Amino acid sequence: MRIVVSIKQVPETTEVKIDQAANRVDTEGLTRIINPYDTYALEEAIRIKEASGATVAVITCGPEKADESLREALAMGADEAFLLSDPAFDGSDPVATAYIVARGIEKCGPYDLVIAGRQAMDGSSGQVGPSLAEELGVPTVSFVRKIEELKDDYIRVQRMTDDGYDVLEGPLPMLITVVKEINEPRLPSLKGLMKAKRVTIPVWSAVDIGVDPARVGPAGSPTKLSKVAPPPPRAGGEMLEGTPEEQVRKLVARLKAAKVL
Amino acid sequence: MIPKAEAKNIWVLAEQRKGKLVNVSLEAVGLARNLAGSSSQEVWAVLLGKDVAGLAESLIQAGADVVLLAEDDRLAGFRDDPYVDYLTHLVGVYKPAAFIIGANSTGKSLAPRLATRLGTGLASDCVELSWDQADGLVATRPMYGGNVMATVLCPEARPQLASLRPKSAPRPVPDPSRKGRIEKADLSGVNVRDRVRLLEQVDTAGDQVKLEEADIIVSGGRGVGGPEKFSVIKGLADACKGAMGASRAAVDAGWVPYTHQVGQTGKTVSPKVYVACGISGAIQHLAGMKSSDIIVAINKNPDAPIFKVATLGIVGDLFEIVPMLTEAVKKEMG
Repeated sequence: MRIVVSIKQVPETTEVKIDQAANRVDTEGLTRIINPYDTYALEEAIRIKEASGATVAVITCGPEKADESLREALAMGADEAFLLSDPAFDGSDPVATAYIVARGIEKCGPYDLVIAGRQAMDGSSGQVGPSLAEELGVPTVSFVRKIEELKDDYIRVQRMTDDGYDVLEGPLPMLITVVKEINEPRLPSLKGLMKAKRVTIPVWSAVDIGVDPARVGPAGSPTKLSKVAPPPPRAGGEMLEGTPEEQVRKLVARLKAAKVL
Repeated sequence: MIPKAEAKNIWVLAEQRKGKLVNVSLEAVGLARNLAGSSSQEVWAVLLGKDVAGLAESLIQAGADVVLLAEDDRLAGFRDDPYVDYLTHLVGVYKPAAFIIGANSTGKSLAPRLATRLGTGLASDCVELSWDQADGLVATRPMYGGNVMATVLCPEARPQLASLRPKSAPRPVPDPSRKGRIEKADLSGVNVRDRVRLLEQVDTAGDQVKLEEADIIVSGGRGVGGPEKFSVIKGLADACKGAMGASRAAVDAGWVPYTHQVGQTGKTVSPKVYVACGISGAIQHLAGMKSSDIIVAINKNPDAPIFKVATLGIVGDLFEIVPMLTEAVKKEMG
């Protein structure tokens, strides 16, 4: 069994500055980490490897320094890593990004299962996983909270829904996106990190993976980010003072005035 | 992708689960009605399922001009394959300009796949949608856990896809005098790949109000102090006919199941009222509830960051305040 995990490198915080003059989010100088949601995907793949001897490949699309996150994934227990990096990829929207990652996955060889996190902490679109499945032409189950059974050509999973969960089964290859409930990710070992430093990670450009230049970057993306702004400030908060009885009475009065009680 | 010049009308996915329309679909129909405004666009509700024709009338009353009814055994329970295959076919036949899908667990899986299949753009988990004569759909969506609001356009590709965060638009008041028509979709000859089988739908929420659909959410955090003490939180949630939420700290401590977790790694909610009890207000928690209309914070620590986003704040002992509040709410709700 060969498993591919698609990850993203993101700033370690969501408290970012907005450069309104340039109309962009400024993440310069922030430490970058593996998207926390993707660590559940990595952990799940490594657990499958430990239980039944799979190979785990990890892939990402990003700037050259995204290779640090790939090394961290290797240190957690992944076997191979691939970086898709090309200035032409900058500014790709999720549809274009899924297209790039799909071509990268196809170049890195046959696979049985693709695992992705449910969304990235920065862009928060949650689009790339399901879009990637469509690009690869494989079935998807999103929001997987448990793999009940996995065989050479078959998977049965629990998918988180708004009411509880669904149990679904299907053939491999398949792509699943996973939620936090599925496991508790390990930290990379120090020894693993040392060893991962010496690994040569292939870096593939647009030409290497054969993407159509007209489908990547801002010009190849169907959506445009026309503006970024801070959220509207919340109306000034009011502290309700007094004895507990008075505080509760004031609160009920406010909620009645707002017609929510 | 369909030609821009030929694209018209605003579509909404009318999602039903076990024969009942989900709230966000009705919210989206109401929103689409406003967007269509006085322009010559129609609002189409695309109703997928098995034996669901009976739901068409409530979609018309909510604001749909046309209900496009697509019935098939394979559409009974949600699976990505048949939903995307049939919707792709319908979009090709009827050529909508925009298509709004609820950003719940179904829509978040379905919409990206549909966008890629159609070669069009998608704005995900939008909290606001407006209509511009030149650009069509103008979408506002949170990024970076709600610390950045992005305006997203889809200038050329059609239909413009958007998924709408539940509770971002008011639920329309049904208008029994509204007239609309029902169009039965011809699904014959559509090539459907049906690769994933749905074996079971387990409803762990039972009769409880779901977090995503609740008007009022009462959440507890580390300050609650233990699993049995969550009955205080649940008591207020029940009195409000609302849902119970929890912070990551409370879930990780094993006090409350993960399905109740609000925040970055849990659910994103935007109820009318969010009551945070004993929750300090870490940025990861705020990311999941900051778009609530009214935030009430009850916390012992006057310096807790939750008070920075709270509409109404009470510094006090939640075990004193919450039971008192529960009694007062019970009285108000009769």
